[in-house]
Amino acid sequence: MAEATHPEVHRHPAPTGFIRKYIFSLDHKVIGIQYILLALSAVVVGMIMSVLMRVNLSWPGTHLKIMETLFPQGAPGGVMTPEFYLSLVTMHGTIMVFFVLTTAPQGGFGNYFLPIQIGADDMAFPVLNMMSFWVTFVGFLVLLLAIFAEGNATVGGWISKLGESFAGGSGTVGPIGGWTGYPPLSALGKIAGPGQGAGVNLWIISIAIFCVGSLLGALNFITTLLNMRTRGMSLMRMPLTCWAWFTTAILALLSFPVLLGGGILLLLDRIAGTSFFIPGGLYVSGSTVPLHNGGSPLLWQHLFWFFGHPEVYIAILPGMGATSHILSTFARKPVFGYRAMVFAIFAIGGLGFFVWGHHMFISGMSPYSAVAFSILTLSIGVPSAIKTFNWLGTLWGAKIRFTTPMLFAIGFVSLFVAGGITGLVLGQTSLDFFFHDTYFVTAHFHLVMGVASIFGMFAATYFWFPKMFGRMMNESLGKFHFWITFLGVYAIFVPFHAMGLLGMPRRYASFGEYEFLKNSHSLVLFVTIAAIITVAVQVVFYFNFFWSMFKGKVAGDNPWEATTLEWTIPSPPPHDNFAGVVPVVYHGAYEFSVPGAPNDFIMQTEPEGVALGAELGGASGNGGNGHKA
Amino acid sequence: MATEAQALAGDWGGGVHPYRVGHRKLGMWLFIMSDSLTFSTLLMGYAYLRASNVWPTPFRFYPSIVFSSVMTLVLLSSSLTMVMAVSASARRNKSSARKWIVATALLGVTFIVLHAIEWKHLIDEGLRPFQLPAEWVEKWPGATPLFGATFFGITGMHMFHVFTGCIYLLVVAGRVKKLKHEDVEISGLYWHFVDLVWMFVFPMIYLLSVYPKK
Ligand code: HEM
Ligand SMILES: [Cu+2]
Repeated sequence: MAEATHPEVHRHPAPTGFIRKYIFSLDHKVIGIQYILLALSAVVVGMIMSVLMRVNLSWPGTHLKIMETLFPQGAPGGVMTPEFYLSLVTMHGTIMVFFVLTTAPQGGFGNYFLPIQIGADDMAFPVLNMMSFWVTFVGFLVLLLAIFAEGNATVGGWISKLGESFAGGSGTVGPIGGWTGYPPLSALGKIAGPGQGAGVNLWIISIAIFCVGSLLGALNFITTLLNMRTRGMSLMRMPLTCWAWFTTAILALLSFPVLLGGGILLLLDRIAGTSFFIPGGLYVSGSTVPLHNGGSPLLWQHLFWFFGHPEVYIAILPGMGATSHILSTFARKPVFGYRAMVFAIFAIGGLGFFVWGHHMFISGMSPYSAVAFSILTLSIGVPSAIKTFNWLGTLWGAKIRFTTPMLFAIGFVSLFVAGGITGLVLGQTSLDFFFHDTYFVTAHFHLVMGVASIFGMFAATYFWFPKMFGRMMNESLGKFHFWITFLGVYAIFVPFHAMGLLGMPRRYASFGEYEFLKNSHSLVLFVTIAAIITVAVQVVFYFNFFWSMFKGKVAGDNPWEATTLEWTIPSPPPHDNFAGVVPVVYHGAYEFSVPGAPNDFIMQTEPEGVALGAELGGASGNGGNGHKA
Repeated sequence: MATEAQALAGDWGGGVHPYRVGHRKLGMWLFIMSDSLTFSTLLMGYAYLRASNVWPTPFRFYPSIVFSSVMTLVLLSSSLTMVMAVSASARRNKSSARKWIVATALLGVTFIVLHAIEWKHLIDEGLRPFQLPAEWVEKWPGATPLFGATFFGITGMHMFHVFTGCIYLLVVAGRVKKLKHEDVEISGLYWHFVDLVWMFVFPMIYLLSVYPKK
């Protein structure tokens, strides 16, 4: 291990056994794919849950045989209870935020492409890298256990052996505290009512495990990027993807420890009887809570959102990086304002640490702090606008190649703007008083964080798939997938704004009882149908993904005629990326349509001053591949 | 390693380690940054809760303050022995480095033992993570049981770091002949960090809770 300080020397020979090659692999490319597969599995669970929620909202009392089998207590007779709905909300949110949007963009694509794009043969710490994936994987298993801990007698039986506070049997299906797990209810344990028992313990443990995995990853990313850039890869020649992954890693390094600390305290409240988040004299479920006193639920909100706001940037920054990269590639133009883009990424990341209070406007905070948080929040609009206008500037007057990755990248910009606008609404204290905890918030964060990041990842998948698997994904299926998904997500989430304006509260299992919501039923129904269609269309994506892996059109080294280092090597890349050759970089990442150059793109490795035409020859592959479709 | 071309490209031009440190040392610095945020979380939480509650100030000169001061001294000395270890290793005197590292680990163990005794005093008095001794409740009516929670939580977390540090140091001592100088330095970084944390814990937990004179 001592030779790890020499990036030039390849540190581990290609493994041969199946286990070392595909399971406990040290190769960043395999680990990246493992992360992507984890996210692809987790998102299926998350999506199924969202459909179940929508079905319950539109057709209360729907009977589903499978639910009866899986969750005899949470859905007696196959009809979900309100508590079951809440546990679905919790699990859906937690799975999506942590195990989809924090794994695929960073752990997945970052792992695979950051080392290659900076010309390194692997991450700085391959063993840590492997550990961070497996730790995250265990976290996911624990989270899945949390669903079953209380609603399924068999699983509940195993878990209850862990101790008194793990005894299940409350009749719901795991945690119901939402992805934010607000105390005091989440800190009290079983006495707080159904769904606050074993499931919440497992939920906290899962999050804590996830924090550890992410910290290991973040440390690895930062070290790799700082120390392992190849010769000539100066900071300002890096692809914007690398800047995004780097900033994301810094955010993760500084925010996950806070969640970890908070999570430990919350767990102590539940299993060691402490009162960090439990004030005295609480009256819950018909009785006063004995023995606890002095704690503060607001402390949890501060800790959680100090993490939580940077977390939303952890989810979206890699998508921004991929979008910038892809827009430039298919617009055949340099990124408009590269430096401004870099500064904007850092500004967004930096400001993100000082705005957590905008989640707490209704907590009774001093109006002066509220104003400060409000102004800081709105000021994030400045770097966000810089990014948006630079994306538009990149597209301006371009001869765009409308490939599937390009469509998804443009979709990203659209969703980011559509969701970001409402951020300016919610960032104002007076307006948030009304909108807080309504579907308006749900609309905002689904568009800007949820679906935008997902679009970034779709773009990245279609874009890099040929590099990862050596074959192209099918363009027609891809475009079909894009259009239905694009229209679908707007059809789902735009009506959410209207519901929010009506005052429809989030985290409610049914609206039937409320007079003021009676008229919204058709809207609710419309959203559900849109959601079902959108979710169903994802089957096309999965089919395309796995089918293309084996049957797709063979891709050359550089099917998109892109400039960065990953396109200089074979698809899929050899074990140590550059086959022992250390690449040297002479150009910035986005030298498209350079006047006087023989081709409309210059590879980063193109030696300066060499007759360009002679150089290009074989290495740039079948350039016409994707964009003519 | 730096050729002329790289020297021209400067520290950030790629192909060099911009901070002139290897991966693992950089990694340790990053770990320290994130771990210090974990501790900050706990200490900020402590400050927040302490400010909004009746807080007992129970630490009499003996045993608590005496113990914690001696513990502080022990940890400070261990930092000194660690400095000696690193400088011996820099002089390539591996066996001397090994002795100093073992000495550091032993001081760490001493710290843990003293701390355990100090915990036991308080536990015997009746302090628990979820309740105060009856006497204290009388003396500070309305005081919160969070005193025990923060005390055991924060010092326990620190002790856990000292404990892992001792194991880490012993492993380094055992393998010191095979390790590079930088690896010894890295273990030193961790150890000094754990010491530094105590320099926040000691005043915030102990000195702010000294029993009032009258
Ligand atoms: C097919 C697309 C999706 C649909 C139909 C959908 C639907 C829903 C519904 C119905 C809720 C519960 C609202 C409530 O009762 O309060 C919800 C909550 C949530 N969703 Fe989604 N969702 C989708 C995708 C996503 C994605 C991609 C993310 C990733 C960030 C996400 C993150 C969340 C979060 C964080 C919550 C809040 C959970 C909580 O209140 O604790 N969702 N979603
Ligand atoms: Cu926020």
